[in-house]
Amino acid sequence: MKPRHIEEAAMRVLMFLSVLVVAGSLGAILITILVKGLPALSWEMVSQSPKGGFYLGKEGGILNAIVGSFYLAFGATILALLFALPIALYLQAYARNSVRADLVRLAMDVLWGIPSIVYGAFGFIIMMFLGIRASLLGGIIVLALLELPIMTRAIDEVIRLTPFDIEAASFALGATRFETATRVVVRQMLPGIITGILLAFGRAIGDAASVLFVAGYTDRMPTSLLRPVASLPLAVFFQLGTPYPEVQQRAYASALVLTVIVLVISLSSRWISNRLSRNIVK
Amino acid sequence: MVRPQGSGRRTIDRLARKGFGLGAALPFILALAILATLFLRFLPILQEKSLLELLSGQVWKPLKGEFGFLPFILGTIWVTVIAMVLAVPPCLFCAIYLAEYARPTTRTVVKPFLDLLAAIPSVVYGVWGMLIIVPMVQNHLGPALDRFLGFLPFFAKTNPTGFSLLAGGIVLAVMVAPFIIAVTYEVIGTVPNGQREAALALGATRWQAIRSAVLPPTTPGIAAGIVLGSSRALGETMAVLMVVGNVVQVPKSIFDAAYPLPALIANNYGEMMSIPLYDAALMGAAFILALIVLLFNILSTMVLRRYKKRYQS
Repeated sequence: MKPRHIEEAAMRVLMFLSVLVVAGSLGAILITILVKGLPALSWEMVSQSPKGGFYLGKEGGILNAIVGSFYLAFGATILALLFALPIALYLQAYARNSVRADLVRLAMDVLWGIPSIVYGAFGFIIMMFLGIRASLLGGIIVLALLELPIMTRAIDEVIRLTPFDIEAASFALGATRFETATRVVVRQMLPGIITGILLAFGRAIGDAASVLFVAGYTDRMPTSLLRPVASLPLAVFFQLGTPYPEVQQRAYASALVLTVIVLVISLSSRWISNRLSRNIVK
Repeated sequence: MVRPQGSGRRTIDRLARKGFGLGAALPFILALAILATLFLRFLPILQEKSLLELLSGQVWKPLKGEFGFLPFILGTIWVTVIAMVLAVPPCLFCAIYLAEYARPTTRTVVKPFLDLLAAIPSVVYGVWGMLIIVPMVQNHLGPALDRFLGFLPFFAKTNPTGFSLLAGGIVLAVMVAPFIIAVTYEVIGTVPNGQREAALALGATRWQAIRSAVLPPTTPGIAAGIVLGSSRALGETMAVLMVVGNVVQVPKSIFDAAYPLPALIANNYGEMMSIPLYDAALMGAAFILALIVLLFNILSTMVLRRYKKRYQS
């Protein structure tokens, strides 16, 4: 065998091992969460709030965190969509491939990379300034900031595939840019919007570091926008840290529920965007 | 259009352009606002102590007014470097395998699996780290590495528990893996097939073709992907916080417990309001973190941009 063939074989072995290590460790995470979470899961677990004292009580379940997480993520997603849609429309219909559009995209990419703990700290300062305490409202606002770049970029990536011919046809009929954007381009956006919403929702529901500051934590069900709210990631974090096995069970159950929610969202976004992409012009 | 020709539609268009343009300024405003707000809250402590003093100080005693960031900065750097050392080689091999060797069917299974795993929340990685990695470091990795490599400066087992830089590094490595693989895979995909075929036609083996035709033009892109991955690792909070031990000290071994910047911020936000300058110090930590991550991000995004353009055209 020539040296270069030995090299080829060695590289193949290394690649095989690498795939094994990466896929293996990621698979190990799923297995760990399943093995620990499944025995902890029961109807009582997902249908009751914790009972018997502030996150040390041994009775009850994690309903408060499940509901809280959905409130937070739904609120944030709707708020973020209100801003992401116009920005994506602007990028496509008005700025198209200009330097300005490139700068906006760069800014979005950069915002995407800012750690969530920094968003949390920023949100905390703003809330102190406005005199709002840790609450559902605070959590929704900060998570919306976190979602904005993800959603905008996801919508943008899809509508960029719109052929210019379609817009040109609309202009030729005498439509203004605004009319073209809101009546023609927007129809091309549906798969992007769905993907963006689901991606951003998945990120928001799993983020702990940002809501730690601004949403607080509670054993109660969320009742008001201005009260603290429990969330699944923080339910995992706080309850795993206690010395009581009964409370830790709730953490494992929360981790499993959270993982399942995130995976289902991720899978369905893939599926839906594939289905809807058939209906747009490329 | 049913409506008659007129200035109404034009006016709406002009207003819409202004409105949308204002919306598009939002990301810039947001980025600047984050930096500015954090910096403003950082100022009170900067007026009492010099930046150099803060960055090089080793003592962290908020009650006595001593705020040395060095242990936290070093903790962040250590855990990130360990994670990247562990993650980068297998991730590059994985990406090369997926892009160059894998059959289309393998690719359509493995790629979505990796993307799926990129969506798993960091606390879940943290749970895994606490349950599996920490005991593993404590009972197996630690003693073994100590026995064989303990004479080296960074490998002495000084810490009886598994909550350590190494545990944090391993968890982080797994967390950033799907991300680095995805970026590298995309960058490798930008190399035109003709380049590979030319190398193969000259009699190169597949690896030789990759080494000579695929890797050289993509090196800057891959490097940018690694930088982007490290900036993710730098800012990662929960997963690291749960396994790294959170002890204020300048780490000397990979088995030492450490206290990275994000963990410092996350652990102390509750009590910071009652001690003078404490909140300024913590927000300063957030500012430093944000600044480093922003620089890393801008740099690598600009490099990756070039590849992306080529990819789309």
